[in-house]
Amino acid sequence: MTMAIRVFLLLFLVLSSSYTAFSLFEDQVGLMDWHQQYIGKVKHAVFHTQKAARKRVVVSTEENVVSSLDLRHGEIFWRHVLGPNDVIDQIDVALGKYVITLSSGGSILRAWNLPDGQMVWESTLLGSKASKPLLLIPPNLKIDKDNVMFVYGNGFVHAVSSIDGEVLWKKELASEGIDVQQLIYPDGSDTIYAVGLLGTSQFGAYLLDVRNGELLKYNSMVVPSGFSGDLSFVTDDTAVAMDSTGTSLVTVQFQDGLISFHQTHLSQLIQDFPGAAVISPSKIPGTFILRTENSVIFIEVINKGELKVVRELGHATAVSDGLSLPEGQQAFALVQHRDGKIFLTVKLGNDVWTSNLVEETIHLDNQRGTVHKVFINTYVRMDRSNGFRVLIVMEDHSLVLLQQGEIVWSREDGLASIVDVKAAELPVEKDGVSVAKVESNLFEWLKGHLLKLKGTLMIATADDVAAIQKMRLQSSGKSKMTRDRNGFRKLLIVLTRAGKLFALHTGDGRVVWSLLLNSLRKSETCQNPRGISLHQWQDPHHHALDQNPSVLIVGRCGHSLDSAGVLSIVDAYTGEERNHMGPIHSIAHIIPLSLTDSVEQRLHLLLDANRRAHLYPRTAEALGIFQRELGNIYWYSAEPDNGILRGHGVQKNCVLEVEDNFCFDTRDLWSIVFPSESEKIAATATRSLNEVVHTQAKVTADQEVMYKYTSKNLLFLATVSPKAVGPIGSVTPDESSLVVYVIDTVTGRILHRMTHHGSVGPVHAVFSENWVVYHYFNLRAHRYEMSVIEIYDQARAENKDVLKLVLGTHNLTSPITAYSRPEVFTKSQSYFFAHSLKTMAVTSTAKGITSKQVLLGTIGDQVLALDKRFVDPRRTVNPTQAEKEEGIIPLTDSLPIIPQSYVTHALKVEGIRGIVTVPTKLESTTLVFAYGVDLFFTRLAPSRTYDSLTEDFSYALLLITIVALVVAIFVTWVWSEKKELQEKWR
Amino acid sequence: MAAGIPQLVSSFFLLYLFLTLATTSFAFKSDELLLDDDEFEGGRSPDPPVAARPVTPVRKRSADSGSDPDSKIQFPLEHAFGNSDFSPAGTFSARLKTSSNGGQILTKLRFSRNALSQADKENFKKLLEGDDFYRIRLPSNLLSQPGREYVISSVKARCLSQRDALDEHFVINMDGVNVLGVNYGPPGSCQYPRIPKPPTKWSFNSHTLLKYSNEVLRTPVFTEAVLGENGEGEEVKPPERSFWAKYWMYLIPLGLILMNAMTQAMNMAEEPGNGQPGAQGPPQAISGRGQAPAVRRR
Repeated sequence: MTMAIRVFLLLFLVLSSSYTAFSLFEDQVGLMDWHQQYIGKVKHAVFHTQKAARKRVVVSTEENVVSSLDLRHGEIFWRHVLGPNDVIDQIDVALGKYVITLSSGGSILRAWNLPDGQMVWESTLLGSKASKPLLLIPPNLKIDKDNVMFVYGNGFVHAVSSIDGEVLWKKELASEGIDVQQLIYPDGSDTIYAVGLLGTSQFGAYLLDVRNGELLKYNSMVVPSGFSGDLSFVTDDTAVAMDSTGTSLVTVQFQDGLISFHQTHLSQLIQDFPGAAVISPSKIPGTFILRTENSVIFIEVINKGELKVVRELGHATAVSDGLSLPEGQQAFALVQHRDGKIFLTVKLGNDVWTSNLVEETIHLDNQRGTVHKVFINTYVRMDRSNGFRVLIVMEDHSLVLLQQGEIVWSREDGLASIVDVKAAELPVEKDGVSVAKVESNLFEWLKGHLLKLKGTLMIATADDVAAIQKMRLQSSGKSKMTRDRNGFRKLLIVLTRAGKLFALHTGDGRVVWSLLLNSLRKSETCQNPRGISLHQWQDPHHHALDQNPSVLIVGRCGHSLDSAGVLSIVDAYTGEERNHMGPIHSIAHIIPLSLTDSVEQRLHLLLDANRRAHLYPRTAEALGIFQRELGNIYWYSAEPDNGILRGHGVQKNCVLEVEDNFCFDTRDLWSIVFPSESEKIAATATRSLNEVVHTQAKVTADQEVMYKYTSKNLLFLATVSPKAVGPIGSVTPDESSLVVYVIDTVTGRILHRMTHHGSVGPVHAVFSENWVVYHYFNLRAHRYEMSVIEIYDQARAENKDVLKLVLGTHNLTSPITAYSRPEVFTKSQSYFFAHSLKTMAVTSTAKGITSKQVLLGTIGDQVLALDKRFVDPRRTVNPTQAEKEEGIIPLTDSLPIIPQSYVTHALKVEGIRGIVTVPTKLESTTLVFAYGVDLFFTRLAPSRTYDSLTEDFSYALLLITIVALVVAIFVTWVWSEKKELQEKWR
Repeated sequence: MAAGIPQLVSSFFLLYLFLTLATTSFAFKSDELLLDDDEFEGGRSPDPPVAARPVTPVRKRSADSGSDPDSKIQFPLEHAFGNSDFSPAGTFSARLKTSSNGGQILTKLRFSRNALSQADKENFKKLLEGDDFYRIRLPSNLLSQPGREYVISSVKARCLSQRDALDEHFVINMDGVNVLGVNYGPPGSCQYPRIPKPPTKWSFNSHTLLKYSNEVLRTPVFTEAVLGENGEGEEVKPPERSFWAKYWMYLIPLGLILMNAMTQAMNMAEEPGNGQPGAQGPPQAISGRGQAPAVRRR
């Protein structure tokens, strides 16, 4: 019998030790989240390969990242994101151990330690007037044992010590009216030249002493034909520029204080000259590059400034800077792109066109477009000859390293500049491809679970733990290409600034397909294309299930609102472009309607700059559906510059020269004019179109019912005083105020208006269900604040009478029209909040039952989840017992920041710009995708996973428990039988 | 002093509670009533043939408001039928008052509507038939009319003519002397299954309401005083849960098991126990049946 007790006790212990975990443990990192690091489109690259154990390349990018990459694998050694306002102008390496970056228009100079990326020093170079930033690091110039670099920025020439960043001397040149274009240090001398233009027709050269910045000599010369554009330096004493008419080239030579110029007409150089040409900056000695519409021309400067065309190449050619070889020669790389192949040639600079050092052909993915930039580096081969490796930046912003005719590595750095994100479902699992394949081996399955059991009982060895972790990471087919029951597996379709579309798998973040959109590539009809947004075009759920879902990509051909638009429809499963249109009418605003046609294509209304609405898809069926709903379509437009909010409606077909049934005139229905002297629109927020509200009523602790005002047409708008638009601290609290509005966008009713005195932006807001949460700065309290507004419907408040419900006199079923005067009341509350924010989002779940979390992209580039319960306007100081039961937290002054609620745990999403939440089929769970320079994806369960077992639930343990119980039952049964028998025999 | 603060706090709290209660349960109504008394004046335009003149009580008020003629202000209401151009439809008049915080606010708003002309009536009927919009506009700045732009609002004509006469309701959102927006519509709901019947009486029942913005309610002293209390309270709370409250789910099964084990042990003890009484007496080899007599013996 004691045996039985022991067995029971053991079982009890086993069962009690298998507790459920609610927060993330260290070993769970990476199970359902992934993190990818990018750097963006590379602008400059400096190789550091000599005398270095680890070969690396230091790059600066358009996302203002300075980073050191491993040349062998393309991994990031270290990286710093300088932020959107700190544009990197130049980078270089000094002393062989510091990376020098010049940023913010030549006003901030920083040195980073090359091996580990620690900042060594930082200097702020002040000046008077913005100018072209220049950085010059002479390799072996020493002044008093100090290695010196020269910086030209904000109109001053600065000599800065490489060791500690101290400014040794500075000399203002901008006051003389010169626009310095180049700093030149003739090797071995102790003078530097600052060369530039005065006005449009005068060339000037200053000679400065490197020791103290004293002006030694000044020469200038007026060139009668004038200049247009920048000077291009061919050698240390020769510069080339276009003249003011753009038809001839001016070569300027300055030697020992003598300036001479020579003018060559373009038509003398080139037969059938196309008309427009630009000198493209390149540093190949003795040669410069002239780009015309369809060719790249290499022109050599021979003695006395005479020019000679040496070669003319096709348009899609990229050329690297010159590279000095150890033998004193110069080499440069030339990359041409034709039919998905890359032709790489490395040429010697001196006898340019006769021989090629390297000639390679490389096959490259078709979706990368043309080559934008080339950087060349040399290394010593096994046979002591020169080898070359080439880093190329492609049209889609990806970075590729080529060596020995092969792609060594490539990085998809276009993903650092995501414009918009949409989620798409994966295909349904077809018969034949069964789950059994993944878990084919029963033995393996059992072994896995036994391992997990071992882990749970803490008797696993280190090897076992590693095996468990590995198994977990690969577990449950999370990267399969089919839909799963819980809806966790999806495709994230992202549009990047380069005009490339990627589909990322939510399981592991890999790129499933990518497509460089032809409609978003530069062409004759579309000069400056850029993608604006992505929209769900077709998402079959009910019928037309044989069709693949697709997304609509909307782009624009220029920067202004009235430039022509382009549209493209892409299949979400395969990544093929189904259809594209453009250039078409301008696109100012895109409205996805709630209507779909028979194949579940969503109707979209595109508004152009002339306030005409265009209906897509352009089918008769869509038109029919639209005509029926014509009177019920309203939208608003905010004009931040004028301070006017307008409401619009559709009227009738446009009157155009060419009849267009899909074009409609619009009209203004209402307008709200904000007083220009006191209010300026700072932020707007609306509810997301596909948000589901589970319950319209809220039952309070005292059995009262409050009805949420869940109109989809609400707009939250915040205005700040025009003075307070600048950064925090530019105004006093008395001068600034923040006014928030809740506006019905159908009728233009201001449902709620509230003033926060002494508060300024930036305002971030989210609108969900019947509440708005917004974030701003309170100048009086010197702190950031978050406020909440909840809107409740008063009109339906009488419905709580049971008798009325029974008798049917309630108005629950009466149709709701926006034209009725809404009776709403609002509740609001403000809380202090310690962080400043970059972005804000809210979780969304399939049925809207799960409570919400506000996701905050903090200034530290992390994502913080804040329970909506904390920003509840009904929080009171001393909640009653009933209120506590309802879950009301006692009122506090500020919102708590709980370290465990960082969604990104230890990771950072550098330069975070947006957070997207996607509901899964499992009600408790939502997918979160945060993007910036980095990407981060995870799964969140705001109210914990109440509707499913955790993924690492040990089925083996359950099984063993059951088996053990059954055995125990048998054993005890046998015992009792025996005992009974014994008793009977007594 | 120390006792004074909590008292102050609690009185504040009571006040606050009262305020919040007031706003929660009948916030909207009470707001409106207040304005009704002070700033709202329902101008009921007379029957159509008579020219648009304010009715007598209104004029009487205007007489005493005339004591300060400088602060009187008038601004026009203009209307349009569907896409037609705007034409004058009535006049608002009000008094400018300097409010406590220095800004100017509008009080004693009165409205008189012009009578509808025959053409207007025809237009209105057309609107009803076509289920089109009746649009109105106001200047956006009252001191330098019309300001930068007009403030527009529109409503389906059917919403206005739900009864015999035409009912309209203006809610004018103001900020100082600027008109931010005007909410125009029927005073109550707008029935959906529309009945396009023209009104029998061509006159407007007008209701007007001026709305100024609410200030954000926040009393820092109050909330800060609370913080200390609360912080302590939260810290004290956790130990309140007793040992039993925390571990009952383990303790009960454990108790059950123990009890079970005890009874088992008792039984076991009793089994040879028939023998163990052997300590009491000599008869040892009594079978199980002997138990009953043994009990009886006791």
